[in-house]
Amino acid sequence: MDFNFTEEQVMLREAFAQFAKEEIAPYAAKWDEEDYVPMEIVPKLGEMGIMGVFVPEQYGGVGLGHVERCIALEEVARYSAGLAMMVFTHHLGLAAILDYGTEEQKQKWLPGMCDGSCVCGLAVTEPGGGSDVAGLKTVAELEGDTWTINGRKCFITNSHCAGVTVVTCRTGEDEKGRPLMSTIAIEAGTEGFKPGREENKMGLKGSYTGELIMDNVKVPVSNTVGEPGKGMAITMKELGEVGRASMAAIELGILRACLEDAVAFAKERVLYGKPLSKLQAIQFNIAEIRCDYEASRLMLYNAAAMKDAGKVGAEFSMAKYFTSEAAVRSARRLIEIMGGYGFVNEYPAGRYLRDAIGCVPSCGTSEIQKMIVAGETLKKF
Amino acid sequence: MHSPRRSHHLFMNILVLVKPVPDPEREKDIKVDVASGRLIREGIPMVIDPESRNALEAALQLAEKSGREQSAVAVLAMAPEQARDKLTEALAMGADEAYMLSDRAFGGADTFATSYTLAQAVRKIEDEKGFVFDLVLAGTSSSDGGTSHVAVQTAEWLGRTHISNVCSLDVNDGVVRAVKRSEEVMLSFEGEEPAVIGVTRDINRPRFVTAMGIIKARKRPLTLWSADDLEIDTMRTGLVGSPTRPGRMFEPEQKRAGETIGDTPEEAAAGILRIIRKAGL
Repeated sequence: MDFNFTEEQVMLREAFAQFAKEEIAPYAAKWDEEDYVPMEIVPKLGEMGIMGVFVPEQYGGVGLGHVERCIALEEVARYSAGLAMMVFTHHLGLAAILDYGTEEQKQKWLPGMCDGSCVCGLAVTEPGGGSDVAGLKTVAELEGDTWTINGRKCFITNSHCAGVTVVTCRTGEDEKGRPLMSTIAIEAGTEGFKPGREENKMGLKGSYTGELIMDNVKVPVSNTVGEPGKGMAITMKELGEVGRASMAAIELGILRACLEDAVAFAKERVLYGKPLSKLQAIQFNIAEIRCDYEASRLMLYNAAAMKDAGKVGAEFSMAKYFTSEAAVRSARRLIEIMGGYGFVNEYPAGRYLRDAIGCVPSCGTSEIQKMIVAGETLKKF
Repeated sequence: MHSPRRSHHLFMNILVLVKPVPDPEREKDIKVDVASGRLIREGIPMVIDPESRNALEAALQLAEKSGREQSAVAVLAMAPEQARDKLTEALAMGADEAYMLSDRAFGGADTFATSYTLAQAVRKIEDEKGFVFDLVLAGTSSSDGGTSHVAVQTAEWLGRTHISNVCSLDVNDGVVRAVKRSEEVMLSFEGEEPAVIGVTRDINRPRFVTAMGIIKARKRPLTLWSADDLEIDTMRTGLVGSPTRPGRMFEPEQKRAGETIGDTPEEAAAGILRIIRKAGL
């Protein structure tokens, strides 16, 4: 058993870390303060291989796996969890096309999504709720070979910048009257398809979150991603694996930010004539953050490696649950270590806390994750 | 024998001397063993020396300009085998092939012995390839040693033109044009290939290693040579071949006392001015 990254993964991490340090770190506070979405960085993310890291080379990607995808997200989120949200949602929509799309769809959309010229999105949540996929109200009706889509999605990341959004729609009922869902790709600029309100969030700034409005949107049936009627399974699989892995990776990035900032501050700040790091109470806090980071790291990369080996179960839910709670705890601890400095916006500790809290509901709250973990546990043991 | 034939002027063959060094950002963690006079580098991650990255970037840009399909960039390093991944990193940045010289016989070398060993390796690569590199590029001054000797000394061993502290470089039809920054003026030089150029950090901004670059590096050759692979006099390599005897090594005591200047902005400004004037600035 070996918990170490391969030499190539280490090099990849160093490469992404260097990029994040030079291209993200200097601007992250400004993006947060001004609620700015840095679209100009997306082609650079494409060039680095981050946008299509897990996409096979034949479609313009790098051809690596989900471990490497999580490494990329962790490094981006180390400095900007908000920007990482854009990348993660892009991966989420892209994964649906990669896993379930037709060859024609892959040829058409994936190269642009990998090089950063097209951001992807996945739209599930509606005003009525997110995790209750069966209760979705957006409807797509098929006439001939054209879908007509009507409905409204909310809390959609990349709502205002996606070139292609994979939308989960109700497309019928089965023989028992249960709703059948389909996932349909809609390109930006399609008549009747437009972003609605952009949300004013408490954290995770640096990415768009908002509404998507579909008013008699007509798209060809060839835009159906996967088999019609199987949309719920497709959505749940991508949210459950790519989505939760991504959220855990972003939270891991926040955790590392808390850890590194806590250590740096404790070594630098002098109190009672000695650095804070010499005080046992501060050391305890640092130890707690370190343990939370290491445990989260093991849980996430174990789950990602299992996904790459094709045998993941509830591990992503475990990682998502543990890591989101750990990120919130650690950001709070960092603020406590920093005292007044932690509370002022000149330092990023407050941003880490706002971002960590923002991550909790994304791809399922902690309660949803616990239900999934309990469900599998009760069957398995 | 060393072939006099040079590569065709329409494209370029460039060799970059790359030095793995302890991460300069972790400089404060490097300690000195006073007894032996050696640096204690354990636990400090190795990186490609920043100026070596600039040299590699300059090589890649020149190769791209002259037609990337025909031009080639090789990298050469003398380092312990643990630093092998730094050469893989150079390959991931875009170098076509890498050579690494690693042997206990090379350990503890000063710049004289290092440049001799590197020059012998350059000759061997050129003999095997059947051409002379149009350019050998290197960082002028490494972040750990900082002597600015190695590029120049290597050029002397090879009997080639050399220019160091180069902040701008261009090659056209075999003519090398380099701008060198001195303390007060910029100096322009023109010389003929083959030449050895030492660059500085302001020559360019090195590209990032990309994920695809790392994938491509898998297929690019990395050759490891020991002393036995080179035509070399081991009395001129490593510690035994090094005439330099470093003086006493010690960590300077760093004392910084804070001083409050004035109670009001006006008093503070006047106080700062006094200090500046006193310093003769």
